[in-house]
Amino acid sequence: MHKLAFLRIKETVVEGKGFKTLRFMFNRKVRPGQFVMVWIPGVDEIPMSLSYLGRIKGITIREVGESTKILGSLKVGDSMAIRGPFGRGFERLSGKTLLVCGGAGAAAVLPIAEEMDNRERVDIAIGARTKDELIFEERSKMYSDNVRTSTDDGSEGCEGTVVDLAKHMMKERKYDFLQACGPESMLSSLLKVGKEHGVSGQFSLERFMRCGVGICGSCVINGKRVCTDGPVFWGEELESMSDFGRSKRDESGQKIGL
Amino acid sequence: MASLRVNVAGLVMENPTILGSGIIGETGESLLSAYKAGAGAVVTKSIGLEARKGYSNPTLVELPFGYLNAMGLPNPGIESFGEEVLLAVRGGATVIGSVFASEAEVFAQLSSKMEAFGVSAVELNLSCPHASGYGMELGVDPGVVREIVLAVKKSVTIPVFVKLTPNTHRIIEIAQAVQAAGGDSIVAINTVKAMAISIEAGRPILSNIFGGLSGPAVKPIGVRCVYEMYDVVDIPIIGAGGIETWQDALEYIMAGAVAVQIGSGIGRRGLNIFKEVNFGLERYLKSRGIESLGELVGTAHA
Repeated sequence: MHKLAFLRIKETVVEGKGFKTLRFMFNRKVRPGQFVMVWIPGVDEIPMSLSYLGRIKGITIREVGESTKILGSLKVGDSMAIRGPFGRGFERLSGKTLLVCGGAGAAAVLPIAEEMDNRERVDIAIGARTKDELIFEERSKMYSDNVRTSTDDGSEGCEGTVVDLAKHMMKERKYDFLQACGPESMLSSLLKVGKEHGVSGQFSLERFMRCGVGICGSCVINGKRVCTDGPVFWGEELESMSDFGRSKRDESGQKIGL
Repeated sequence: MASLRVNVAGLVMENPTILGSGIIGETGESLLSAYKAGAGAVVTKSIGLEARKGYSNPTLVELPFGYLNAMGLPNPGIESFGEEVLLAVRGGATVIGSVFASEAEVFAQLSSKMEAFGVSAVELNLSCPHASGYGMELGVDPGVVREIVLAVKKSVTIPVFVKLTPNTHRIIEIAQAVQAAGGDSIVAINTVKAMAISIEAGRPILSNIFGGLSGPAVKPIGVRCVYEMYDVVDIPIIGAGGIETWQDALEYIMAGAVAVQIGSGIGRRGLNIFKEVNFGLERYLKSRGIESLGELVGTAHA
């Protein structure tokens, strides 16, 4: 059972345009890629990946809707309510790994680099629409000798998508694994590019969620529960899912395009 | 050879464990995943006439002995649900279609659609404790229950199961009303109306304030309801509420249930729960030299 925990915010950090990290003490063991449900009383309860997994944990929010704007306005000393952690996170893999982060997806991925703590074994590709929205570049450099960035508009790093960048990096060196989080269209292209280069990997998905514990069925993709069977899946599992990269379910359970 | 095979009003299942309504049953593939995990049959999410988004989060509270939920009957609407049922049926699952409505004629219409989609039985949700105008608000009045069951019975040829609420002092009258109207089986119980307040936030946690309590906390209530009903009706009863182990299932069977539904147990124990319960029941039968599970139904009654 995941008791609803009220935690006092110890630190807030602006990470980039519209991104903010909230740090708090949360004394539970969490795998990279696992998530918590964050309660915003009177508004909503939303799934969030933990972006920091040390003693002082953290979530990194992108201020896009009412809930995330309220979370973004919280200050040191304010409290927030979370339950979790939930789901299957990223595995601890042994081998040369390329971490690929699309936009806010970096929040779920960076803890892998921290856990590995081996500069030579991990390379990191971070992509965003524009320079201001790139997050965790400096933090990445603490854990990897090879950190590269891409922006859709070319304002920093390679011009293009992070999948283009990852493809380029896979041509340069041989990787054993990919581990990635970002928009599903990006993950779907990355899975294909990885396959072309003989690199398998793990990908973290996002779906509308209610219960978090695998009973309500709101987040299912082809019969798999993203909250419990995922959110991290192996590429081989995703390849057999006809909805991957194409469709999801809305709040009523109707199938809609991504 | 010990047999777990059961026959509920003509619906034959290889084992007595059924996926309860509202648990991962919103898509064909997830219904199929529960069936493949060992359920004898699977009940769909309750489906209404139109698509419904349900309540905003929080819709679930985790408690030490169960869950409190108020999803708000989210569902894609009967028309879009046909393909989901078809997928599960084609995959080999025995599917029971759950429906909800606020009037008898709509229950009949939805049930008839479900039959056309290929379900093996329908289950009428007369027991959801947290949706205004639906579920329990209808299911606590024997007259209304009678009217709904009569209308549905006229519209389908498959067995009609009626899921009842424990949130009433008239459970016996209601069970009798189901039987008198020709209902084929009673499912008991749905969740118990309840709430939780966060003392830190100083407000109710569920966005809907009230919800339904499920899990081990409600098992003694479910067992009591089944036991009481078994004494007054002849139609088969399906037990539900807090079943997580074969011992829990057996308790319901001894109280008078011919089969059981499992829901919250999936969250707390995983999808393997069906196999675990069935394995335990089978071993029990063998160790006692009992040939069929049916021999144990209602044996706790003096």
